[in-house]
This record gives sequence, C-alpha cells and structure tokens, in this order.
Amino acid sequence: MDRIPILRMGDFLLVTIQVDMHDRLARTLQDDLTEKIERTGAKGVLIDISALELVDSYIGRMIANTSAMARILDAQTVVVGMRPAVAITLVELGLSLSGVDTALTVERGMQRLRTRLGRTDSADDHHQE
Amino acid sequence: MADARAKTAEILRSDKTALLDDWMAGLRKVGGDQRISDAELKAQVNGLLSLLADAAGQNTDVASEAWRPVRENLEEISRARALQGFSSAETAMFVLSLKQPLFSRARTALANDAQAMADGTWAINDIVDALGIHTVKAFQKTREDVIMRQQEEMLELSTPVVKLWDGVIALPMIGTLDSARTQIVMESLLQKLVDTGSEIAIIDITGVPTVDTLVAQHLLKAVTAIRLMGAECIISGIRPQIAQTIVHLGVDLQGVTTKATLADALAIALKRVGLTVSRVKPTLGA
Repeated sequence: MDRIPILRMGDFLLVTIQVDMHDRLARTLQDDLTEKIERTGAKGVLIDISALELVDSYIGRMIANTSAMARILDAQTVVVGMRPAVAITLVELGLSLSGVDTALTVERGMQRLRTRLGRTDSADDHHQE
Repeated sequence: MADARAKTAEILRSDKTALLDDWMAGLRKVGGDQRISDAELKAQVNGLLSLLADAAGQNTDVASEAWRPVRENLEEISRARALQGFSSAETAMFVLSLKQPLFSRARTALANDAQAMADGTWAINDIVDALGIHTVKAFQKTREDVIMRQQEEMLELSTPVVKLWDGVIALPMIGTLDSARTQIVMESLLQKLVDTGSEIAIIDITGVPTVDTLVAQHLLKAVTAIRLMGAECIISGIRPQIAQTIVHLGVDLQGVTTKATLADALAIALKRVGLTVSRVKPTLGA
C-alpha cells in the first residue's frame, strides 16, 4: 500500500490510517491531504488513527504538522481514536501535540467538528443546503 | 586436617541417637516453642543429621556438590520457619545449637591428642558456621519474596478506576506516586477510557501524601495522554499544603482543570457532559 485513501463526506475529509506508517507514506499523505483540501474546499479533517499501533517522534510530529497545514488552508483537524499505548509513547517522547484537537471516536470527532464550525445538527445542515 | 575431617564424620555417624537427644535438649534449653511441635522438631533434626553424616563422609566443603542435600534441607526448614513467624536469630540458633553437642563429642573422642582436637574443633566450627549463614540467607530470601509479593499486590489494589456516571470515570489515587506506579495507573486509566467511551476522567489525589516536582510531572504526563486520546482530565482533591507546594515548586498547572474536592470535579464534569443535578421535593413518609 503506497497511498492512504482520503474519503470525502460532505464538507469533511476522512483519513483512516490502517497500516503502520513509515516516513515516506507520511509525506505522501501530507501532499495528498493538502491538495485535496485545496481542491474540495473542505472545512474539516478527521484523522482516524485507531488502527495505528506504532508511533515514533517523526510520525508524532507529522500528525501535528498535518493539523497545522490544514488550519492554514482553513480546515479544522480532529485526531480520533488514539490508542492508550500510542498516547503514552507520545507523552514519553515529549510530544504533547498541543495544537491538535482530539476525540475518542470518529462519531465524537464529527460532532466536535460540527460544533466548532458552528453547526448544531447534520439534519439542519442538509436543510440549509 | 584430613584426619580431623574423618573424625568429624565419624562423630556424626557413630552415635546419632545420642547426638539427636543432645541437640534436642540444647534446642529446648534455648526456649521451648509453641509454634512447632516436639515431634515435628525431632523429625527435622533427625532428617538433617542423616544428611549431615552422609555429606561429612565425603568432604568438609559446605559449598560443594556433596552438601547439596543438606543445603536444600536447610533452605526448606528456614523457609517454613520464616512463614511460621520465627525471627532470624531463632532460625540461626536452630543450626548453631548443634555446635555444643559436637564439641563435647570431639573432646571425648580426641582427648589424648591436643593437636587433633584443635583441628577437629575448627573443622566442626567451620561447617556449622557455614550452615548457619546459609540458613539465615535462605530465611532472608523468603522474607524478601514476601515483601516483593506484597508490593505487587499493593500496586494492583491501589489503582482502581471507577465509573462515576455515563461518560465520567474517576481514579482515586492513594499512596506515593513513583514512575512505575504512574505507568500502571496511566495504562489502566487510558484503557478504561477506551472501554467505557468516557469523555471525562477525574484524577483524585486526596490520598497522595506529598507532591514534588516528579509527581507533578507524572500528573502532567497523564493529563497530556488523556487529552491525546480525546478526553478531558480534571484533577481534584488538592489539599491547601499541596497547592502551596505546587506554586512554590514553580510547576505550571495552567491548562489543567483543578478542583478542591471530588464533588466539585463531578459537578463540573456533569455540566460538561450536559447534565444538571436538581433538587426535587422529598416525598414525605413514602
């Protein structure tokens, strides 16, 4: 697998990382994601890392950087489903990812994005469109 | 010396029954004990004497292979005594009290030869001392094992993660926080977050006696890890002295929600989850 799929869900982009990341894959993902945000004008990005079991400082920094890049392109990022072991590792590595928004599950992350974008309900969204 | 060795073995083997009686008499004199019955003690002494006689017939080096059965027997006795609540002195005396009967026998057997008697006495002294040290070592080891086990049990017992409400879990911390404990506490707390899908975790430090920079650092790590998982953390149960210490140490707790009591923490947690607590009129004489 040399690319990570980026799915579009309305205004949001969903990135599910299913494999262990290596450095080149991370770079490709950043390229793809920024390009896709620009092309689709997405307002929110969900990065689901619930299947990610191994992290190193590079991947940790990559997550923080991706979030910062998306913010510059006017899209809010929420990282969801981090495993306990991964969280502990990142803390031990001294990476607190202070600028990154987090949520427990994809659903909660989606909710969070909606509230942050000032929308209360997906049904309302649909209605307005 | 070789002669002395042969003599020692000879003494041990020749009148075992008499030696056994003498040893028992010596043990009783030291102090009759309720923790172990006379018959049991006799069986122990008897078994040990047979093994001693066998081993002494081969050589006098207590560390050698020939003495292994004796050493194992002693380890077993000393382990049993440690668990029965004997002190280390009492356990050592059990072996050391063999000296006197052996010395008196050496004196009778070698009465005509001062040189041989000195050698024999030295050989006996050597053996019994080595056995005594070995016994105390085994005793100590047993006690240390007990301490280790208790420590592990305490570690597991002292980190319960409790669910306070749907979406709110709490961790009442008790005892000093060190790196090993924080690691376990953090792992179980984070796992519980995943299992229950809770959004808010309350760490209550009422039971933590002192907070130094290291403890504060551990707490901050836990808070960061919880945030990374996508949940919120509230620290409660901060006593006045601890609040003072934290400020004096210059620990930065900004960005962390802190509350004085667990009740306050629960109140704010419920508010964040979107629940309110209200008083209803009590129904009289229900």
